[in-house]
Amino acid sequence: MNLRLHRFALFTAFSTLCLIIAGALVTSNEAGLSVPDWPLSYGQLMPPMIGGVFYEHGHRMIASFVGLLTIVLAVWLWKAEARGWVKKLGLAALGAVVAQGVLGGLTVIFLLPVAISVSHACLAQLFFCIIVSLAWFTSPSWRRQREDPGPRLPDRGAPSLRMLCLTANVAVFLQLMMGAALRHKGFGIIPHLIGALAVAALVVWIMARVAAQYAGRPEILNWALLLNGMVMLQLVLGAGTYWIREITEAAVQPLLPMVLLTVAHVAVGAMILAVSVLLSIQVHARLESSTADMGKQGVPAAT
Amino acid sequence: MSFLKIFGCLTAAVLLFAVGCGGGEEAATEEAAPSAAVEYVKVDPATAGSVSGTVTLEGKAPSNPRINMSAEPDCAGLHSGPVHAERAVVGDGGALANAFVWVKDGLEGKFEVPGTSVALDQKGCIYQPHVVALQSGQVLSVTNSDPTTHNVHPLPRVNREWNRSQTADASAIERKFSRQEIMLPVKCNIHPWMRSYINVVDHPFFAVTGADGSFEIKGLPPGTYTIEAHHEAFDTQEMSVTVGASESKQADFTFSAG
Repeated sequence: MNLRLHRFALFTAFSTLCLIIAGALVTSNEAGLSVPDWPLSYGQLMPPMIGGVFYEHGHRMIASFVGLLTIVLAVWLWKAEARGWVKKLGLAALGAVVAQGVLGGLTVIFLLPVAISVSHACLAQLFFCIIVSLAWFTSPSWRRQREDPGPRLPDRGAPSLRMLCLTANVAVFLQLMMGAALRHKGFGIIPHLIGALAVAALVVWIMARVAAQYAGRPEILNWALLLNGMVMLQLVLGAGTYWIREITEAAVQPLLPMVLLTVAHVAVGAMILAVSVLLSIQVHARLESSTADMGKQGVPAAT
Repeated sequence: MSFLKIFGCLTAAVLLFAVGCGGGEEAATEEAAPSAAVEYVKVDPATAGSVSGTVTLEGKAPSNPRINMSAEPDCAGLHSGPVHAERAVVGDGGALANAFVWVKDGLEGKFEVPGTSVALDQKGCIYQPHVVALQSGQVLSVTNSDPTTHNVHPLPRVNREWNRSQTADASAIERKFSRQEIMLPVKCNIHPWMRSYINVVDHPFFAVTGADGSFEIKGLPPGTYTIEAHHEAFDTQEMSVTVGASESKQADFTFSAG
């Protein structure tokens, strides 16, 4: 067990969350095109950090830092990690961060087209999930769980909890897409509201199933509780964001309360996706599969 | 399917979505200079008429929000007192400035594009004037009189979008708009309070109201026209006006504060 590698992955995950917050600050402050060129900023590495440039170039600086961390993480995993699939996940993170950088550049070059801006926002969430997963797979908790798994728990009920969790992963991701499309004026509020209801219903369903069948299994219950708590918080933040945007619609510039609420909504959204993925990983690792061996289902069985 | 494959598929889907949908950039050409074969409408000065009038606001004028420039000392330092947005600049008797008035309908043929440029300055981290108008194909000259960098970013619906930065000592940005477009917003992403409106018209018969709310559209050939008035904060209004030879007609517009 390489504890330093795990801590480095955790730090990368934290930095990625900061990067998502920085990206949300760019959009909320309408600063997306305050630096009109890419990859340099005004033809230089460090332009004057005035007005919107502070947010846009700050986002680029944090992105470069996260890119560097990801390279180090991927190389470290490749050299130190015994599990081949974890090595590959590290490479996937590297590919995602490179693609994310390119998408970020394309948003600037093509003047924030909705499709590219939304893709940039969504890939950020996927990348965050990969890094969070790497932090989990390199953690002592995961290692202990794999070394002494105990008997698999039955997954009773239809649909299975495994299926419910996977559905929640997809639903949360789609909901984040709707949110990004709303922010970039690709869609209206209705799809995002419908998505919020769907995600909330799914998460409550999962919680009810976990409470009924796995109340004594903290490795599942705790993640389900965390997911529920965050979704409830997110509903409040979403309502607050909508309300404050309505009452500040006539403002001549982005106001701080609106920016803070919106950015919090984006950050919690990213964390919800990550927690839902971790819950899914736990459920797949601990519950019986009714269809196939665990090694063919997802999380590798032996390590 | 493994988690790795799910991540891979979702990432690929996101990229494909971006690539597939990202090519929708409008292919408008802005420098569409009229060909030599085009025959322009020549208005006979002896019969040309005019339409003049006043745009007023009825009711209590909405307050203009105060601009907070504290995040940009270079901008804040250019003003001794508070600065307000220019959403509804209302003078004595409800005179409404910055309304754009133009001949929406009734003209035929092509009109020669003026060789002169229309100026839009960035001064005090505010666009001056707040509303500009020019003919399609005419040069818009954007200057920066501030000691700081701005970016000039029009957000057109039918013309081609562009985004150019302009440092304090940079020369003027000169651009043309090829298509008619009313109240085309312009913003600065560095200073998000900065907003201006450009009006692009296929003919030379338009005006922007001054501080006294007045306007005059001169040199009109005799005919019946639809005159339209736009203001960023209020609804659009129009009226039909018949201008006889050498005649001056009055067309007053009254917007309601609501």
